[in-house]
Amino acid sequence: MLRPFKADLHIHTCLSPCTELDMSPKGILKAAKKKEIDIIGICDHNSSENSLAIMNAAKKMNINVFPGMEVTSQEEVHVLALFDEIENALKLQEHVYDKLPGENDEEAFGKQVIVNEKEEVLGFNNKLLIGATTIPLEKIIKIIHSLDGIAIASHIDRESFSIIGQLGFIPDNLELDALEISPAITPEEAKKRYSKDYPITCSSDAHYPDDIGKSFTSFLLKDGTVAEIKKALKNEDGRKLIH
Amino acid sequence: MKLKEIIEKLQLKVLTGQDKLDVEVTSGYTSDLLSDVIANSKESNLWITLQTHQNIIAVAKLKDLSGIIIVNNREPDEDTLKKAKEENLPLLGSEEMAFEVSGKLYELISLKD
Repeated sequence: MLRPFKADLHIHTCLSPCTELDMSPKGILKAAKKKEIDIIGICDHNSSENSLAIMNAAKKMNINVFPGMEVTSQEEVHVLALFDEIENALKLQEHVYDKLPGENDEEAFGKQVIVNEKEEVLGFNNKLLIGATTIPLEKIIKIIHSLDGIAIASHIDRESFSIIGQLGFIPDNLELDALEISPAITPEEAKKRYSKDYPITCSSDAHYPDDIGKSFTSFLLKDGTVAEIKKALKNEDGRKLIH
Repeated sequence: MKLKEIIEKLQLKVLTGQDKLDVEVTSGYTSDLLSDVIANSKESNLWITLQTHQNIIAVAKLKDLSGIIIVNNREPDEDTLKKAKEENLPLLGSEEMAFEVSGKLYELISLKD
């Protein structure tokens, strides 16, 4: 049977240099529960190293956690990758790490904390996660799809690091599954302003627990999986976006 | 100043648009945000950027720019070269960075005035 799911598909953890330790597995899940969010997407910059911790921490809760990543392309466009399987997120991570130059400077950008589901610090990632990969956007989307994931262009209404800001308009050869907007505009406005050809998703891009669920997308699905969301974005088998 | 004079003085590599080098360049515009180029560049500007995505060709056509200089020895994507050929737009390459190319172009154009 199909039922509505509230999804916030773009949440950062304490691994992203621009967040604090309060974006830990417990911090994130508690906030998601409070806002009655059914599905969360874990999208740290260019890394998926905290995805498994959140998935494990959510096991006894009624929240579906998608392992994922917010990848920065060569053009400095941010794109979300979301998967059902942690293995596929980690395969994408291998591609990304291979083409991500630089080392993090904690003083300048912040700490990149790797944690486990018990909130224990396992270590610090020393890659320059805030930087850009040298992979072209088109190729990143191809890799995501080859790993059964979905690719969503991040916060397209923002000037910085968005496909519209960096590339001026959406190139017609891209196979994006959806366009994400920030809480600043509505899906109707986004369709009018940017493109009628793609489904629009709304997410919080949360960097603080209080941000989680501030913006979300409602889907009509059978289960809380990426495979189901893929169907909903294509309006297949009764699955759909209900905003 | 004619584009071909600039190419000679700045020692630029001509990647496409060989027969469009007689155009007059009024000024330059340096930016890597294509949305900004759409909003603020002017007709006949020579655009200096490190972006190599094929959208740069569409933006240059849209704004009637005289050409694009890709800096830092970056290689344009294959689609970009193809589009530039189709549109017959001068796509130029420089080994120098945007600061140097912009500085030299500014000097050339302002000296001429």
